[in-house]
Amino acid sequence: MATNRTKARKIRVLPGFKLTLGFTLFYLGLIVLIPLGAVFWKTATLTWPQFWQTITMPTAMASYRLTFGASFCAALVNVVFGLIVAWVLVRYEFFGKKIVDALVDLPFALPTAVAGITLATLYSEHGWLGKLLLPLGITVANSRLGIFVALTFIGLPFIVRTVQPILEDLDPELEEAASSLGASRWQVFWRVILPMLTPALLTGFALAFARALGEYGSVIFIAGNKPMLTQITPLIIMQELDMFDYPKATAIAVVMLVVSFVLLLSINVLQWWTNRYNTNNLA
Amino acid sequence: MTPVATTFRSPPQVVHHHTTSEPPAVRRALIAVALVFLSLFLFLPLVFVFVQAFAKGIGFYFHTLNDPNAWSAIKLTLLAAVIAVPLNCVFGVCAAWAIAKFDFRGKNVLLTLIDLPFSVSPVIAGLIYVLVFGAQGWLGLYKNADNPHFPWLANWLNEQDIKIIFAVPGIVLATIFVTVPFVARELIPLMQAQGRSEEEAARVLGASGWQTFWRVTVPNIKWGLIYGVILCNARAMGEFGAVAVVSGRIRGQTNTMPLHIEALYDDYNFTGAFAVASLLAFLALVTLGLKTWVEHKNQELDEPNPQMSQIPQIK
Repeated sequence: MATNRTKARKIRVLPGFKLTLGFTLFYLGLIVLIPLGAVFWKTATLTWPQFWQTITMPTAMASYRLTFGASFCAALVNVVFGLIVAWVLVRYEFFGKKIVDALVDLPFALPTAVAGITLATLYSEHGWLGKLLLPLGITVANSRLGIFVALTFIGLPFIVRTVQPILEDLDPELEEAASSLGASRWQVFWRVILPMLTPALLTGFALAFARALGEYGSVIFIAGNKPMLTQITPLIIMQELDMFDYPKATAIAVVMLVVSFVLLLSINVLQWWTNRYNTNNLA
Repeated sequence: MTPVATTFRSPPQVVHHHTTSEPPAVRRALIAVALVFLSLFLFLPLVFVFVQAFAKGIGFYFHTLNDPNAWSAIKLTLLAAVIAVPLNCVFGVCAAWAIAKFDFRGKNVLLTLIDLPFSVSPVIAGLIYVLVFGAQGWLGLYKNADNPHFPWLANWLNEQDIKIIFAVPGIVLATIFVTVPFVARELIPLMQAQGRSEEEAARVLGASGWQTFWRVTVPNIKWGLIYGVILCNARAMGEFGAVAVVSGRIRGQTNTMPLHIEALYDDYNFTGAFAVASLLAFLALVTLGLKTWVEHKNQELDEPNPQMSQIPQIK
């Protein structure tokens, strides 16, 4: 019996396994994996001290601090406002809600170069917002603040779209139970709702952060390319490439790739946690 | 569920207001905060694109778009999308079929690998192709026949006089790279949720593999496929960083629309830059519109379609 069953399980009713998996692996290898391997191959042409010197040169170090700092702050701001936006979209009714809901995805759909020149002009001295901020002594264009603004724009949908489905699926009975046991609305939010949203918020944060680290198009126009001050890491890579210094560009790219891979891994773990949390709640 | 609970929940609005919602003032404040934030960060920039595009009048707008360099950029953008989207579509369907319909080891690794292009900076996406095909790259050494890494391939490329970097093929490759995951990511969860029973039933009833795919699977995944294609196309037409690295920015030849926008902007022709940008912003709005429509369509299909789950599962 047992052997029969294992035999039967091995017979596949559906065709095309070898064809589709083969094509998937071939395509991924050709388009993604082999070219990515080239990065590590090119870095291997550098000696270890050369590599270390390149990735720790002052402009690179300044760019890491800026890229990480701005990405972190932008993702953090998006956690707060993204949660409010998701909350409002799920729980309240107001005029134009459907349009607002659709437009939340604008940063996904709008090409980064368009976002870049728009934000740069909007916040320039003569732009609608730049003009208003100038008397207050706040300059956004050509400053680190501008990079933060661009990264906030890019990251918003990540938080909203990860929190929204979880918020929709929350069991209202838990909130009813908490409030019938005497919890205030704030206590219900802080002690009951927020803990259930934490995995989704963390996932959204990590997604927005990861996207912000690599972002190029929407940032460079508003950042203004001031050495040591407003140069993000992708821009440093771009500059080395423009000077045809491929080994240097590649060495810094390796640093970014390693960080991205670590983040991708943690996002996968977080998503698994979110799903588990969610199914546990439903069960 | 006890009858008490049922009656308790039957007028949901009343319950909602008293126990599980915020006071009206808090509600209004939260809506206001959300709308002000979204207006400042999303709606204002969107409106600004169109206002700036027409700042010098409709004549200047069409003058900018009628420029041969603008036309060449539009054509190149369309070409890259026309090649990248169908290829990634075929890839997405194949990957989803393999992952959703079969069990094999290393599935999670494969899923992570498919997501990889999303976590790679666009600049690095361009860089990797420069490293493979560029003058100092793996295959780029073919001009210098002393030390080619892959002599047969390098010689062939040399004989055909095919340029990849700073030419159209590089732009197409970079576009393909950044859009690899879109269709696959939409289809994999969808096909996993739909399971295998319908296809297995079709096969058992005598349908061929292709018949099963076209008559059973495709109708089931139609909306997910359309959704993926819409998102894939938006990214393919709007990609900037990756394309900027491999294009070489030769006006009228290797500039896509986003690169043409950058060129105009760097020339201080801001109104011109926004005129071209308005086309892409319009595309973004169409994308969002279609996306919302497909989601709506999907919800409509989900609800009056419960008979699917009533069919006894064939095991």
